[in-house]
Amino acid sequence: MVQPLDTLKETSSQTAGPYVHIGLTPNFAGISGIYDEDLGTRIIEDGVRGERITVAGKVIDGTGTPLKDAVIEIWQADADGLYNSPSETRGEADPKCRGWGRFPVDGADGSFSFETVKPGRVAHPSGRDQAPHLTFWIVARGINIGLQTRMYFADEEEANSEDPILTKIEHQSRVPTLIACKEADGYRFDIRIQGHNETIFFDI
Amino acid sequence: MSKLFSPTETGAFVARNPGIHPPSYTPGYKTSVARSPKHAKLSLGMTLSEMTGPVFGHDILGDLDNDMILNFAAPGESPIGQRIIVHGRLLDERGRPVPGALIEVWQANAGGRYRHKKESYLAPLDPNFGGCGRVITDDDGYYCFRTIKPGPYPWPNGPNEWRPAHIHFSVFGHGFAQRLITQMYFEGDPLIPLCPIVRTIPDEEAIKRLIAPLDMNHTIPMDARAYKFDIVLRGRRSTLFENRLEGN
Ligand SMILES: [Fe+3]
Repeated sequence: MVQPLDTLKETSSQTAGPYVHIGLTPNFAGISGIYDEDLGTRIIEDGVRGERITVAGKVIDGTGTPLKDAVIEIWQADADGLYNSPSETRGEADPKCRGWGRFPVDGADGSFSFETVKPGRVAHPSGRDQAPHLTFWIVARGINIGLQTRMYFADEEEANSEDPILTKIEHQSRVPTLIACKEADGYRFDIRIQGHNETIFFDI
Repeated sequence: MSKLFSPTETGAFVARNPGIHPPSYTPGYKTSVARSPKHAKLSLGMTLSEMTGPVFGHDILGDLDNDMILNFAAPGESPIGQRIIVHGRLLDERGRPVPGALIEVWQANAGGRYRHKKESYLAPLDPNFGGCGRVITDDDGYYCFRTIKPGPYPWPNGPNEWRPAHIHFSVFGHGFAQRLITQMYFEGDPLIPLCPIVRTIPDEEAIKRLIAPLDMNHTIPMDARAYKFDIVLRGRRSTLFENRLEGN
């Protein structure tokens, strides 16, 4: 025997299940009167600095069917690339950019849509700057551990081409699954959990 | 979101141990089959985007947010069922408390029925039970809430499948990499080893850590029994002798 390492084991993940809305977005689930409002309905507040954008999409399963019970959470930097977090040590983020949002997809067609600002570039441990990106975290019935991915922007070609993560991906043919296309009314970002054009998910 | 703790911790988290988490594809839990990525997840190395995370202030909390016995009940009434307290500590893998962290919980009522439009179990709704609560951990990482013990319920995964009684937990730490959703089970429930969702976890010891023991020391006599449930989030890496890269 050797001495034990003094570390605890992380608690195991379990699926959020079909009734995740009761816990995370009770007002959306029709349970009113407990919380004044659901958390995370807005990533930004009026007066926020930066370019306002809209992001819309769906989360699609291996049969091509949109999930109608998923909840996504977004985590992003402000327009200057600073996170609104006590763990952010590089400066004070724009207080009008909470940087975090929580969006249940539509129960009828599975679509989501939210308004935010385009994030600035965030330093990478290598010293290079990352391209602007949003972190997505997706939970639903049938998803055993929350899926993390990133959304980059199609119109940030230069930043994307030098991004330390995008450029390191072995299968470059899959990189477009991380890039939101620009449409007339904003950015479109569909997440394919499985199958053709399966989105890249990260083990962070 | 305010600064609730100091000194501020930053830096990368220890890698997740995949052996204690369910894999994505677990055919015994049928819904996972079409909702599991086929490709391996990509390891990107950790950046500030994962080391930072949202923190919530007490201003979001109402007086009854951690009291599911009262937070939906009509004045002077309370839900049917066994009154319990669920309490414990939120720690990280280094054994340090995680203070100022938001924990959100949801559950079925005493009969095993959720208050949800997609719920079809014939057990009745309880007019005095909503089924959600939340709490922010204190300086020692401690949390506590009061509720009604949820009932087991059938679900259409197989011809005769029943979920053990459980409470769903959603937990924030201080970094988005710590984000976790899990379920708490109750000591002595014979449905636990039969449950396909429990069995998505490949490690028996890890399953045991999701089972809350009856805690007689925190029981309130003639009122409510207590169950203890500690939760462990990923810990930050030690930086001993580590060359700090620029921007890290
Ligand atoms: Fe459940």
